[in-house]
Amino acid sequence: MTARFSDLLASEWIKIRSLRSTPWTLALVTVLVVACSATATLSNPQHTFLLGDAFSTAGGMTLILAAGSIGAITTVSEYSSGLIRTTTVAVPARASLVLAKAVVVTALWTVLGAIMAGGSFAVSEAVLSRWHAAVPITHPGVFRAFLASTLLAPVCALVGLGLGVLIRHSATTMVTSTFALLMLPVLFTPSRRWTTDVNHAMVLSAWRRLVEAWGPPNAVGPEHYPTLTGALVVYVTWPLVAVALAVIAVRRRDV
Amino acid sequence: MYAHGTTPSRDVQSPGRCPYRHPAARLGTVIEVSELTKHYGAKTAVDRLSFTVRPGRVTGFLGPNGAGKSTTLRMILGLDAPTAGTATVSGVPFASHPRGLRHVGALLDAQQVHGGRSAAAHLSALARSNGIPLRRVGEVLGEVGLTEVAGRRIGGFSLGMKQRLGIAGALLGDPPVLMFDEPINGMDPEGVLWVRHLFRRLAAEGRTVFLSSHLMTEMETTADQLVVIGQGRLICAESVRDFAARGTRLLSVIVGTPQAAELTAVLSAAGASVEAEGSAGAERLAVTGLPADRIGALALDNRIVLHELTTRTASLEDAFMELTADSVEYPAGEPR
Repeated sequence: MTARFSDLLASEWIKIRSLRSTPWTLALVTVLVVACSATATLSNPQHTFLLGDAFSTAGGMTLILAAGSIGAITTVSEYSSGLIRTTTVAVPARASLVLAKAVVVTALWTVLGAIMAGGSFAVSEAVLSRWHAAVPITHPGVFRAFLASTLLAPVCALVGLGLGVLIRHSATTMVTSTFALLMLPVLFTPSRRWTTDVNHAMVLSAWRRLVEAWGPPNAVGPEHYPTLTGALVVYVTWPLVAVALAVIAVRRRDV
Repeated sequence: MYAHGTTPSRDVQSPGRCPYRHPAARLGTVIEVSELTKHYGAKTAVDRLSFTVRPGRVTGFLGPNGAGKSTTLRMILGLDAPTAGTATVSGVPFASHPRGLRHVGALLDAQQVHGGRSAAAHLSALARSNGIPLRRVGEVLGEVGLTEVAGRRIGGFSLGMKQRLGIAGALLGDPPVLMFDEPINGMDPEGVLWVRHLFRRLAAEGRTVFLSSHLMTEMETTADQLVVIGQGRLICAESVRDFAARGTRLLSVIVGTPQAAELTAVLSAAGASVEAEGSAGAERLAVTGLPADRIGALALDNRIVLHELTTRTASLEDAFMELTADSVEYPAGEPR
């Protein structure tokens, strides 16, 4: 009997889908993120289109918090309930199991991210249309901001997933995930050279650069944004490192 | 094959209906534990443990709490890595299989489920991960009697229901080897009876059934073979009959008499050892070394009145207690 990876994907999808709280939680998060865009746009006195309103920082941070935590739950709940032992007896190939979870979480959160990013832009447009200030999606920077906001969701969900495997304890994982994704960028403000470097290595900073949260880079001092390349590297490195560490950990540890 | 009360054979089994069932290929599937050792820091949980569990019978895995039973089961299942030694199933480490459910079905701890899922969803996810057709979910739920509650959240299940669910999960892949850790905990009497029949039947089908417990009484009626451990070490591995024979050496007879002093003298002279049973002056004696008929005859010869003459069969429980007395991890009443 061959061991098919697609069977693991289907199994993980059943696990996510079969929790009654899943659709409610995800719907709530979507509404909250999109609502952030509406309030940001409404509170802009100039009635003009700003990328930072359509893809608001409040919305981005809400998404980071939710995706990181819910991503963590997909793994940490298996540890806290002890289900991981049942699962591991069924699937002794532990690395495949983590990778299957990662693939399912990536797919789910990419779709959700797209819905939230698209919804945020649409709501912002709807508000602006009252003042005839709406812009098309071809407007400079809009599509990149849409992609960056979409991908922010799987990036953070994978970081949470990896931390969940590494830490295995619910509350500690939530705190660590939130601290790493949301608090570290606040802690390391771009005041000195090295704190600037640390700040630019953060997911939140990378997302801000990609959506031009504070306006175009030439209007903002270079210390406030990482480079475009740097931002993309951050987007790839964080989830990759989190999942890689998780795979190494499950292979070496007792379950 | 999962209809109640039918013993399947290859003759009546249509190959298309249950394609992954090959009873003949199973014979000889053994669990082999060799010099298995596990240290947790300075504590030794399992200490150079070696035994073999063979197919076609129910093997009980006995030991007081903390003896290392669960740790051993986890090492057999590849969940914990041994500090030294090996554990194999059919000659290979279990963890070398990318998917496990068709090789070994295991219930380690019935509480280790996600309370938010329904029984059917829990089993579906397990089945799907091993490429087992989803109709098996319905079959095993029927097998363990949970069909009615298949759609209900596991969180609302009693421990006995969770045990049944865990057993259903172990049966999903129709495996040649089944391992259960304390499976009857929390089960009602009807459930205990059912689970005994199930284990007997699984063994009769040629499977290897390995069953841990700290309750000897559970094994008397269920197991053919015993592996007894204490403080991580093997105490004995033998048939239940041989083990019970140890118990008969502990056989004692309870005698009630108003002439306790006289009877004690007579019985002692005949080579028995006599102790007062219960509180002093209760006029009951516990006699070992003489059978009841001899005691009765001696009493008659000496014109001693008896109220009671009861053979107390030392149970497997007594043999077990006697054997493991030195290796109880947490003895009661001892200052620690």
